[in-house]
Amino acid sequence: MMLDAPLAPELETDADQRLKREAQSRLKIIDGDVHPAARSIDDIKAFLPQRWREHLEIYGSRRKLGMSYEPYPKSAPRACRRDAWPDDGGNPGSDLDLIRSQYLDAYGIEYGILGPLGLSGHSELNQEFSAALTAAANDWQKELFAKPEPRLKAAIVVPTENTPAAVAEIERCADDPVYAQVFMLTRTTEPLGNRRYWPIYAAAERHGLPVGLHVFGSGGHAYTGTGWPSYYVEESAGHATSCQTAVTSLVIEGTFERFPRLKVVMIEGGFGWLPALSWRLDKLFERMRSEVPHLKKKPSEYIRQHIWVTTQPMEEPQDRKHLFDVMEWIGWDRLLFASDYPHWDFDDPFRAFPAGLSQEHHRQILAANGRTVYRLA
Amino acid sequence: MLSSNGQYQGAIDCDIHPRVPTPRMLARYMDDHWRDTVEVRGIETWDSISYPPNAPLTSRPDWRAAGADAEPARLAEATLDRFGFAHAVCNSLFAVQFFRDHNLAAAFARALNDWLAAEWLDRDSRLKGSVVLPMQSVERSVEEIERRAADHRFVQVLMLAMGEHPLGRSMYWPIFAAAERHGFTVGIHAGSSYHHALTGSGWPTYYLEDYAAQSSGFQAQLASLICEGVFVKFPKLKVVLIESGVTWLPPSLWRLSKFWRGVRLEVPWLDRSPEEFARDHIRLTFQPFDAPPSAAHIGRIMDQLKSDEMLLFATDFPHWQFDDDEVLPACLSPALARKILIDNPLAAYPRLGRPA
Repeated sequence: MMLDAPLAPELETDADQRLKREAQSRLKIIDGDVHPAARSIDDIKAFLPQRWREHLEIYGSRRKLGMSYEPYPKSAPRACRRDAWPDDGGNPGSDLDLIRSQYLDAYGIEYGILGPLGLSGHSELNQEFSAALTAAANDWQKELFAKPEPRLKAAIVVPTENTPAAVAEIERCADDPVYAQVFMLTRTTEPLGNRRYWPIYAAAERHGLPVGLHVFGSGGHAYTGTGWPSYYVEESAGHATSCQTAVTSLVIEGTFERFPRLKVVMIEGGFGWLPALSWRLDKLFERMRSEVPHLKKKPSEYIRQHIWVTTQPMEEPQDRKHLFDVMEWIGWDRLLFASDYPHWDFDDPFRAFPAGLSQEHHRQILAANGRTVYRLA
Repeated sequence: MLSSNGQYQGAIDCDIHPRVPTPRMLARYMDDHWRDTVEVRGIETWDSISYPPNAPLTSRPDWRAAGADAEPARLAEATLDRFGFAHAVCNSLFAVQFFRDHNLAAAFARALNDWLAAEWLDRDSRLKGSVVLPMQSVERSVEEIERRAADHRFVQVLMLAMGEHPLGRSMYWPIFAAAERHGFTVGIHAGSSYHHALTGSGWPTYYLEDYAAQSSGFQAQLASLICEGVFVKFPKLKVVLIESGVTWLPPSLWRLSKFWRGVRLEVPWLDRSPEEFARDHIRLTFQPFDAPPSAAHIGRIMDQLKSDEMLLFATDFPHWQFDDDEVLPACLSPALARKILIDNPLAAYPRLGRPA
């Protein structure tokens, strides 16, 4: 691998950095993971039909976790940067002016791809409510974020465990250019390649939309195959395993054989795990080919062709060459920058990558690859 | 038949599998109550789906044809004599872990370990054993460790990659205390009790996925053992991750170490990075080696491990992980090969060096 920039970080003044940032801003960054938030629950309720507004008020959100929030208290309130809280109240990610000044303008973001978490219907036990909430989340993103701020592209959140409703929701939204992806979470009731989810992939493929698979969610299972970890640090590191489950299942079930134009973007699970998984699957495929005769290619070939990974939270080996090893193995055209704004583990597009990354590869990851995946002009 | 070049002479094979016994075979090692239980309650089979008997992975074709895992003499012919191994550590895969009743689990674990001693360890002094623990009960597991402690042919205590709870939990610490006290290495072997869905997203469809998912189980255990502070509490403990692959480890540690830097206030007892704990306390058996067969890739992966002490030689006999004599890739330097074959296993298993 050629390293055409010096390995030692350069010493720069603040003014130098500002100039450099302004220059690099012209790269026009495309960010694969930005989290909008409701200022209050009323923002979402405004987009719910009366019947479900009342349901929410009376019964609340009920997920396969026994609670409506997350079981591991975060490292910061709402897992957000402490400087991302708007001065006039509301949650980080809810104030468009602050999003603009602190993030879109400051970094020269051309497009930020939204990924709604929180009360957006992903994992609701009541399937009809799940469908109603995802529809509300999609209308809310469009009206409050993507329409007033064209740099923000919305995601079609779907009620993952209610496949017919998920397909209907994709059909309802797909022709509207404010939506850039179909959006699901990785912890599902069945591994994501299971045939019950295939109509969702069929709809995404039909409309040329990539499917973004973001970590988190609650499918009704312990978060690991050996039960519940104790700590947030374990859950956070462990998201990479839920990504491994999803990619394994999508490939081995033959999802990409059935949907040859499907594009899948793995979000917020990092990427270091992907080469090791590819090799492991190839080795097992060689042994157990007779179990999966529907696969016509090696697992690594499906992965190379259909899977993209966002970079945040960037793995940080002590030796940065090791990071370049895995980027090289994954393929420079398969890595998409993501910031995770406004969350605490935000990656800065200019500081998160180690020195020594070539400008060409930096440009590819910051914008060119995203432009291709999300079909942005 | 002897191996042609003697490259494995004196090696220590850290993972072999005697053929899984049936419940009736184990009942012969039980007292009247439990022998009657096996008969009266009709416990005829107790097979895990982890290794379907006819699946290609489960047995290398030439070893399958020879019945090489059926008895010590045939095992010796297939591997120990052929390669010139000094020792091989037997890991019993009878599914003790499946019982919901901890009394049954303890009875079967005890019988299984007695069976291994009588039918394998007694018959070939090169064979060493792992003490299978009934992890359903911490108390019964500690009893089993104490029962075996005087028999130095047992060098390790054995648990599965996926059980009831992550293994770092303080409820399990009496087991680690007993293991450390008696110099047992802690072995965690691929496999699940299937008491939880195999993944955090449910049950995968295919056997291929099940085996692939083992490395996710190991990633969870690694994080648990480190984050709960097991190695702070038990500084002499060595943990061997068995039949788990190798290449997943460096990226998993990068990620864990990064999050530790971010949220270490949650686990303030960790006085250094997860990567450092791993290099001091975690070992991995070599097969199934999961890097592409290119010297360039293997060189990069060895560099990423940042240690030449973590890998332990293993064939995973009779599982079909390699062909012919290619247990180790040819591109390893002789010095590194020597460490993997002999020095690292001796360091990881202190009981190996003691008289039986």
